[in-house]
Amino acid sequence: MFYIVVGLFSGIMGGMGIGGGTILIPALIIFTTLNQQQSQGLNLLCFIPAAIVAFITHLKGGNIETKFCIPLIIAGLLGAFLGANMAIRISSDLLRRLFGIFLFLMALYEFFYKGKK
Amino acid sequence: MKKNILFRLILLGFFAGLVNGLFGSGGGTILVPGMFFLTDMGQHKSHATAISIILPLTILSTYIYMQNGDINWPIAIKIICGSVIGAYIGAKLLNHIPGKILRKSFALFMLIAAIRMVF
Repeated sequence: MFYIVVGLFSGIMGGMGIGGGTILIPALIIFTTLNQQQSQGLNLLCFIPAAIVAFITHLKGGNIETKFCIPLIIAGLLGAFLGANMAIRISSDLLRRLFGIFLFLMALYEFFYKGKK
Repeated sequence: MKKNILFRLILLGFFAGLVNGLFGSGGGTILVPGMFFLTDMGQHKSHATAISIILPLTILSTYIYMQNGDINWPIAIKIICGSVIGAYIGAKLLNHIPGKILRKSFALFMLIAAIRMVF
């Protein structure tokens, strides 16, 4: 039940476009015994079904700029490969601290976000 | 596409992929403002395009985590059930709740969690 509620809250945040992962990962770390890598892995996995639905919806709506996608995806796949391999190799404690710093920067960004121009 | 823009897009994609793979999140938070500044895309298209880019990157990263045994399937199914319902509620609420207040209170939660995770 706890996991369904955590999923519900992160889903609400994600649905509003604020980013569900930044709430799901810390919630799992603080309230469960999962380690940093397991929490991050769950967030990655849980993003996939929602993203497939969103992708199809946006594709039909013509909101995807395909000309920019190719260079971003190719370079991104290389980055994702390196990033994930780093994540599974470093200690859970170190990864948790690095994530904390990243979360801090994201929080500042959200706090000072100016909205649609 | 100008060569200069293409180079910047490649750098942006690489950085977003690296962060998304390393921290299991955050690719969109980097891509959306990045594309917004580099291209003439509007906010709405930036969000839609970001999802189409993060999706393949996330599938690759998830596969690497999975190979390492870091994916807990029984818990994942419960979270997915909750988040699908949540995403629907969130999308509906979007038009009824002032985003500004929500963002700021959410940012405060992130700040507290960030401090707890570093120390």
